[in-house]
Amino acid sequence: MLNAADIDTLWLTFKVASIATVLMLLVGTPLAWWLVRSQSRWKGICNALVALPLVLPPSVLGFYLLILMGPQGVVGRITTELGLGTLPFTFAGLIVASVLYSLPFVVQPLQAAFAAIGERPLEAAATLRASPVDTFFSVVVPLARHGFLTATILGFAHTVGEFGVVLMVGGNIPDKTRVVSVQIYNHVEALEYEQAHWLAGGLLLFSFTILLFMYGVLKTPVTSQSFK
Amino acid sequence: MHVKTLTSIGLSLSLLLTASFTQAATTLVAVASNFTKPMTEIAAAFEKTTGHSANLSFGSSGKFVAQLENGAPFEVFLSADDKNPKKLVQSGFAVADSQFTYAIGKLVLWSATPNYVDEQGKILSKGGFKHLALADPKLAPYGAAAVSLMQKMGVYDKLQPLFVQGENIAQTQQFISTGNAELGFLALSQVIENGKIGSGSGWIIPADQHKPILQDAILLKTGVENPAAPALLKFLKSLEAKAIIKKYGYDLSGQ
Repeated sequence: MLNAADIDTLWLTFKVASIATVLMLLVGTPLAWWLVRSQSRWKGICNALVALPLVLPPSVLGFYLLILMGPQGVVGRITTELGLGTLPFTFAGLIVASVLYSLPFVVQPLQAAFAAIGERPLEAAATLRASPVDTFFSVVVPLARHGFLTATILGFAHTVGEFGVVLMVGGNIPDKTRVVSVQIYNHVEALEYEQAHWLAGGLLLFSFTILLFMYGVLKTPVTSQSFK
Repeated sequence: MHVKTLTSIGLSLSLLLTASFTQAATTLVAVASNFTKPMTEIAAAFEKTTGHSANLSFGSSGKFVAQLENGAPFEVFLSADDKNPKKLVQSGFAVADSQFTYAIGKLVLWSATPNYVDEQGKILSKGGFKHLALADPKLAPYGAAAVSLMQKMGVYDKLQPLFVQGENIAQTQQFISTGNAELGFLALSQVIENGKIGSGSGWIIPADQHKPILQDAILLKTGVENPAAPALLKFLKSLEAKAIIKKYGYDLSGQ
């Protein structure tokens, strides 16, 4: 069965994933909008940067974050200067790493949803003299609701499943950085297969359910066709 | 006479064949990652001396046990501890009487900053640092040895909240060398250069101050038929191999 330490890791994972998902939606929404609407020549670079975590091994990303956020790193110097100390081995550091790592899973569905809206609803709103902000919240958000739901689910689920980055910047501290994936790894390494199975089986079930909900109930690929 | 010549020709031919057959033997070896450097060198010497070759895979001992119990094709296992080989004997995957200690790990308290760690490790009682890195004591023998040292020094309870744990000693070293942890416990083999600590500052902890770190090797049942597998284990006990092992900062058993 699950012991108290296992339950702590589940709770911590839930906290990290929730906070990271909210932050990713806050950052990802304007970013995705800009990536869809902008004609800027920086767009390509920006797209590539956002998608980078999809192809980089997490240990590479984690290692660079460790250097960047460390006392000699650029980010580390800034955070130290601000009196925040360095970020590795802290809950805040874990959130920063999670946001960077799972961002493409939020930005890309949003991009797809925004692109699917097309010009016409926006032009219609403009003719009715809606301000851009008003247009965004009364036209774009409702039309892209499937995109937002997919982004939220994928962002959350992917953060729950992250491992390599956390391993590198976390330091495996109970209640601060020891998330469920690290705990599973520990159980397996210590040959405690029974406990590993409880957690791993639970994670498998969770991930499957969430994806089933997305593809089976929400019929996610519908997002881009829902306005035909 | 005629028959004799034929026989001797036949004999030398078969010898030649056996020789060339042995020549070609390659063994698959699972090696604890802390032993990467010495083992690479030992494998080269092994090839030169015996004509056999060793194909090395590096990883964590616990993961190797899981893989071996699920059909991994390794024939020799060089563990980072003495417990994992025993487990493989119990589960019937290893040859019991082939287990022996090929190296004894030396623990070091290390910092990337020069003159930070003193030679008696007084800094552990003095404090003044925010993070102390060590390998997870539950998984890594070097971590367990570090815990036993701190308990013996009576500083464990005070230092425990400052622990940051690497999954293995290689990751622990990254924590320290990037400066994210001011200091931490490593294997001497990680920081040794030409017989002494290469950079930063460190305290080589006397062996009687902590739990011994016995690294055991064992023959796996998959390797019984392959002459190269027992030959490698035998070579690990040779003077040539022992010199390499020592050079990388390990002790040897029976010395």
